[in-house]
Amino acid sequence: MSLPPFSVFLEEHRVLVYRFLVASVGREHADDCFQETFLAALRAYPRLRPDSNLRGWILTIAGRKAIDHGRGVRRRPLLLAEVPDRPDAATAVPDGEPELWRAVRDLPPMQRAAVIHRYVLDLPYAEVAAATGTSEEAARANAKEARRKLRAALEGAR
Amino acid sequence: MSEVDRLKELRRMDMETPAAHAARVFATRAAAAGLADVAYTTVDSPFGPLLVAATKRGLVRLAYPNEDPERALQELASSVSPRILEAPGRLDELRRELEDYFEGRRQRFEVPVDLALTRGFTRKVLQVTVRIPFGSVSTYRDVATRAGSPRASRAAGNALGSNPIPIVVPCHRVVHTGGGLGGYTGGVQRKEFLLKLEGALA
Repeated sequence: MSLPPFSVFLEEHRVLVYRFLVASVGREHADDCFQETFLAALRAYPRLRPDSNLRGWILTIAGRKAIDHGRGVRRRPLLLAEVPDRPDAATAVPDGEPELWRAVRDLPPMQRAAVIHRYVLDLPYAEVAAATGTSEEAARANAKEARRKLRAALEGAR
Repeated sequence: MSEVDRLKELRRMDMETPAAHAARVFATRAAAAGLADVAYTTVDSPFGPLLVAATKRGLVRLAYPNEDPERALQELASSVSPRILEAPGRLDELRRELEDYFEGRRQRFEVPVDLALTRGFTRKVLQVTVRIPFGSVSTYRDVATRAGSPRASRAAGNALGSNPIPIVVPCHRVVHTGGGLGGYTGGVQRKEFLLKLEGALA
């Protein structure tokens, strides 16, 4: 058994990671965080054990990048190469429900990651735990607390 | 609608397009910054699309359309490095040279080759084969002799049959002593096509 080519790994996980980042940091920062996530993954990839939980691993990295982003860690331009053109605006995902996503982004990082993994990415709690580096119990508690806060925030906004 | 239902709305949004774009940007940048151990792309040819892959040292793999590209990439991941990205930039020069070659404007390839997928006698045979000039042919016995084992014609045939870089490492230029064409990856008609293109066969 060996690791898949990174190109295959990238293709298999790009949508999941992108969705996680849109929910975590918003459309406008998802692209940057995506680049940083896979860059960190690419650097570490050859040292990864072939039997690793690849999905949990990349979501853990994405979670860290989302936290860095929230802390306002200013990043230098990553790489200086030519950037291909962005697709036109029609392909951009609309940021509907602004008050919901504002409330999601206001959650503490672990609660935010847990609730996104569970409800946006539809992962079972065992995988939420793997991606957030906690026990399954803690993942459940984090998601539950996140839901309580979101409900309160949304009721307050009405 | 509960907060959970509203979160679930995001599951339905199409992320494929922006994610695919972000992934392409990533692969291009990372390869340009030298972070890909292997870069690959496909190039057109009279045989159909060829998968071509290069390390920083040179062209490491060329796969005909009948070969399973996933398997070819997996073999590179296991034998060379899993740090593989689809990034055409590193293969631009090869693309031009192949195009010129198939249009009869080029007789030798300048792109370096990397025989990382081979070892031992196979590598020796292929190193000898690279030097057979355009428009001429050699025999299995010749190639075996120059690789240091005069009696290993059959082993030389096997080595050529496992050539990871056909066309550029011209295993099609090796034929039987009696004049028979011998075998070729994906069928002898390809060998015939290439030898006719080079004027080595009427």
